[in-house]
Parts: sequence; structure tokens; C-alpha cells
Amino acid sequence: MNKFWIVLWHTYTTKLKAKSFIITTIITSLFVFAIANIQHIIEFFTKDEKTTVAVIDTTGAFYEPLAAQLKQGKHDDLQLKKVTGPEEKAKAAVRNGKWDALLILSADDKQLPKAAYYANTIADSDTPSELEQALQQLKTAIATKKIGLKQEQIAQLYEPVPFEKVALEKNAKTEEELNQARVLVYVLLFAMYMFVLMYGGMISTEVATEKSSRVMEILVSSVPPLQQLFGKILGVALLSLTQFAILFAIGFTALKSSGQELWNFLGFDHLSVSTFVYAIIFFLLGYFLYATLFAVLGSLVSRVEDVQPMITPVMIIVVAAFMIAMFGLNAPESSFITGASFIPFFTPMIMFLRVGLLPVPFWEVALSLVLLVATIGLLAFFGSKVYRGGVLMYGKAGSLKDVKKAVQLTKK
Amino acid sequence: MALQLEHVTKRFGAVTAVNDVTLTIPEGNLFGFLGANGAGKTTTFRMILGLLEPTEGTITWNGEKIGYSKSHLIGYLPEERGLYPKLKVKEQLIYLGRLRGLDKAAIVKEMEAWLERFNVPEYAEKRVEELSKGNQQKIQFIAAVLHKPKLLILDEPFSGLDPVNVELLKEAVIDLKNNGTTIVFSSHRMEHVEELCEHLCIMHRGRPVVYGPLKEVKRSFGKKNIIIHADMPLDELAEFPGVVKMKRTAEGVHLQIENEDVSQKILSHIANKGFIRKFALEEPSLNDIFIEKVGAAYE
Repeated sequence: MNKFWIVLWHTYTTKLKAKSFIITTIITSLFVFAIANIQHIIEFFTKDEKTTVAVIDTTGAFYEPLAAQLKQGKHDDLQLKKVTGPEEKAKAAVRNGKWDALLILSADDKQLPKAAYYANTIADSDTPSELEQALQQLKTAIATKKIGLKQEQIAQLYEPVPFEKVALEKNAKTEEELNQARVLVYVLLFAMYMFVLMYGGMISTEVATEKSSRVMEILVSSVPPLQQLFGKILGVALLSLTQFAILFAIGFTALKSSGQELWNFLGFDHLSVSTFVYAIIFFLLGYFLYATLFAVLGSLVSRVEDVQPMITPVMIIVVAAFMIAMFGLNAPESSFITGASFIPFFTPMIMFLRVGLLPVPFWEVALSLVLLVATIGLLAFFGSKVYRGGVLMYGKAGSLKDVKKAVQLTKK
Repeated sequence: MALQLEHVTKRFGAVTAVNDVTLTIPEGNLFGFLGANGAGKTTTFRMILGLLEPTEGTITWNGEKIGYSKSHLIGYLPEERGLYPKLKVKEQLIYLGRLRGLDKAAIVKEMEAWLERFNVPEYAEKRVEELSKGNQQKIQFIAAVLHKPKLLILDEPFSGLDPVNVELLKEAVIDLKNNGTTIVFSSHRMEHVEELCEHLCIMHRGRPVVYGPLKEVKRSFGKKNIIIHADMPLDELAEFPGVVKMKRTAEGVHLQIENEDVSQKILSHIANKGFIRKFALEEPSLNDIFIEKVGAAYE
């Protein structure tokens, strides 16, 4: 067992000290920090950016109410400016950049407002849609007034229907909780996905590097393959947790201190302990499952360049699991998702999704965990055989057929 | 007390890589393994190390099977050289040494002694990829012997080294042997085996075709060599009874003869024909034996 720790520690420390790891961590940290502060950043850049729209009101009756309507909507960055004069001159002014856009208000045959919006490009969709919305409200107001409805009647008409969603099951989440859980589950699923792909690939490459540098033969002669395999997998797991902890700490502090809105959006205040514990359990087990596969596949190739095609099928499974999980976010109760949550390769993401959003009976979670752990055990057992033979095999670009060859090598 | 291979056979599917090999390598011996590429040397080594399981037969070291529990007693220099290219020599040796059961302080002490011996003490802090191939090989040799193994397996230890480094390494091998290490090594170079080994084995297509102490192997081979330097033409000797082979040289001829007696007949035959500057009877070289047994020129 002692050698297992040596391999683990060596894998962890050498990777931790590697420039590539330090640089990646710094860049990702900056990224996380930026995301957490995204509001401040956007505000910083748009602070002084006001859109000025010139308005030609051909009727003379719509401008004032429209401006009032916009003011109500708190559109601080949108300024209207009433202009008179020929349309062509105003358009030319837009072209010169004096104004950002030109809005021409006119009345149709029923004396209701209609408008044309001119800008150099219509890539900015916010401004016209804000104007359109305001104008729509104005039109409604004028039209209803014409019919003779009173103000409160209008208000009644537009009052939203009271529509309450209530979950009957005792542990079911409330609507608000569910929305927050959905966001949190999404974030954690995405983190899981990224980490499995990143660190799984790292393990394959690591094994292939040891093979291509031929240091492997010395290693296999001094450390049993199973210890070597798991020393490496756990060493990289420790590395990923280190990185995760750093990113989490940075994200957490940044959000807490300056990203209050995003903090609430992610629902950290309502983060249940069980969701967090499940996230860690499924994250680790999912990692072990895929890391074992990646390590074994890495042992089958002789050169680092051959790693990519070899691990692509497994990558596709990971992507598929993520896609199913994305679908499941909106339909966590569908039987397809329920079924998928028991397939070991999908369990880490899909079962986590279910327990994050639904009150899943404990036995279901337990069953999926047992299946997952059993699969990992089986893969480890079989994998260490393939690994043991695979590391002695050198030759042209590996294929999955080499699994058989590798197992044969370890037999009598 | 020895390394014992009994009726060891290894088959990979339909291919028989090693076929019924029975060898005893006494403790403290320096044992040479010769053979062409694909003769089964590396497979035999891998079986001795326990990396491969023999299809038939048993391999024991002092009566016990070699497994991972004994890895601190065994040193291995693989044929394919390799170290972590990005790691410093020191880190590398510490890692590999610890995997062989040594602690860090002992490793550093041994490492410094060995680097000193190989005249490269400054390499400890260098990354392996910065070193020349020959120097990487020295580092790998150190990795194989750092933990003072009882059984040392060297697969082609001298290939790719310049003559100065070959001498350095040879001396190191001899020293280890004198300290009681049992050493098994394979080589392409007959003269290295001839110079170092007491016992040897020539593998051919998975079978040992020659096996025994070097002296006995030579004696039992029977055939001898004669070197003649003389002024007169000696071409006719090719037809002389008992002469197996003849090779012309700048100063005369090299003959291979069936046995010692033939040499006396040749001497008396040419004694009156002209001036003989040299007439020497020599033991057969390992190369002669190898070519004869394996049946093909080698290297």
C-alpha cells in the first residue's frame, strides 16, 4: 500500500508544480472572478453609453405620452429628442452619428400610433424593442380610451391571472426553490462535465507519456499495476479537487462581496446540504468511473499523439450524458431520465440532476450508487489487467482491438 | 541460492517466444544473454521480473517466486531507455528509488556517490531532456542500481554509449558483481560478454543453443583459430584437411580449424615454404561460436 501513496503523492506534486497547471488555474480563477463580477463589468462599460433617438412626431400628439411611458419604464440609458424638420435631414444626422437612431411617429387611419425606426444598423435590438413596447402600451391606452373603458377597467384587463403552482409531495421543492435548484444543478453539472473531460484527458495523456518515454517498464516492474493505476487516478483527483477548491473559494468570495444579484440567482442561500453532498459524491464517483476508463485507454497507445482518437468514444459518452442532463433539467420526471439515471455511465450527472430537482426515494439513489460503484470496481479489475498488458505493448496506433491483445499478454 | 528457470515456455497465441528454457544462474554470477533480435531475451527478462507469466515452467529466486514483494531486491534496466523527460534527475531518482523501497536521504546519498563516480555531479538539478542520450543512460543505470539490488537485470546496457562511457559502466558492473550482486545482462556486443561474463547463454528462436561457463563453452566448441602472418601465398590452405574456413588478411590469413591437432599439421606443412612472421593458435572467439550456432552473421 505504501507504494500506492508514493505514486499518488508523486502524481499530485509534480502536476501541482507544473507551469501548465499554475497558468490554467490562474486563468480560470480570473475567469471565475470576472463572471462573479459580470454586472460590475457590464455597468462599467455601459455607464456612459446613452442611446439618443431622434423622434419626428408627424401628429404632434404621440411624443409626450411616449416619453412619459419610457420614463416610467426606468430606461435611463435611452434618451428621446424631439426634432422637427425634414426626414432626410434627420436620417443624414443619424448617418453622421449625431443621433443613434431616428423614430418617425405617425398615425394610421384609425388615429392609432405607428412608427418607423431608422438606425445605421439594427444589430442593437434592445432599443427598438423598448420603443416598440412603450409604443404598444401607448396604443393600448389610446385604443381602450376610444372604446370608452375607464382606467381601472383597463387595469383589470391587464392584471395577470393568479396562477400558483403547488407541489403535493412533501419533500417537493417549491417553484422558487426549483428555479434556483435548476440553476445550481446546471452550474454543478457543467463543472462536472468540464472536470471529467479535462482531468480524464490528463490521465490518458499521463499514462501515454509514461509509455512513450518508456519509463513505464521500470514502473511496472516495481509497482503492481492496480496500485499504480489508482495512485495516478487519485493523485489527479486530488489535483482536480485542489483546483476546484481554489476556484470555489474565489468564486464564493467574489460573489459574496460584490455579486449579490448573481449570488441570489444561483440560490446559494437556499443551497441544501444534501444537494452539496450529493454533488461531491456523484462528482467523485463519476470522475473515478471515467478516469479509470481513460487511464486504461491511455495504456493501449504508444504515443501521446494517439491518445485523442482512442479516448474519443468515451468523450462522446460524457457529452451524451451532459446533453441528456440538459434535456432533463426541464423534464426531470420523464421516464427517459429516470431510466438513464440508472445507467452507470450516466448516473453521476442524471441521478444528481434528479436528486437536485426532485424528491427521489432513497432506495433509488442507493441502487444507482451501488450500480455505479460496482461498475467502477469491475472496470478497475478488468482495467488493471488491460493496463498491465497494455503498458508492455508497443506498436502502431492503438485501437480498441488491442484490449484483447493486452489481456492476452497478462495470461499464461 | 540462485536464479532458477525450469522448463520455461512463453507463447503469445500461436507464436512461441521462449521455448523450454532451463537455466541456473548462481548467486553472485555475471551471466550473459546473447541472441539476435527476437530470440526471446527481453521476454525471458520480463518473465524473470514477473511482468509476464510463463505459459509453462517456473522461475524462482532462492527458491521463491519473484513478485512485487521482492521488488526492492531487484534492479532492472530495460532495453528501451526512458525516464520522465520533464523531471529533474534528482526528483526522478527519488521517485524511482522510493518505489524500490528506499527513503529519500539514502537515495540522495547514493545518487551523489554514483553521479560523482560517473563524473557528472552537476546533473542532479538538470532535467532529463537536457541531457545527451549517453548521459540519460547513465542516469537510468543509476536508477536501476540505486537500491543495491541483489539481482540486477540489464537489457543491453552498453548500446548507444561511447567507448569511454562503456568502460565506466563496465567497471561499475564489475564492482557490483564483486559486491555480491547477481547480474544478468544481454548484449549485442560479443566482446563485452566475452570480457565480463563467467556464464553465458546464447538464445536462438526462443531456445538456449549454448549454455554454460564461458571457458567450457569455448573448450567444448572444439574448433580453434590460427593466425598466420607470412610472406608466401597461403591460398592453398583453404583446401587443407581440417580447415573449416579461411579469411585473407593484409598480412596473411585467419583460419578456423576443426581441432588443435590440425594446427601442428599446418605448421609443418608451411614451415619450409617461406618466412613466417607469426603463427598463433587461439581460442575461438564468442563471435565464432555465435555465428556457428545461430547460423547467421550478426550485427
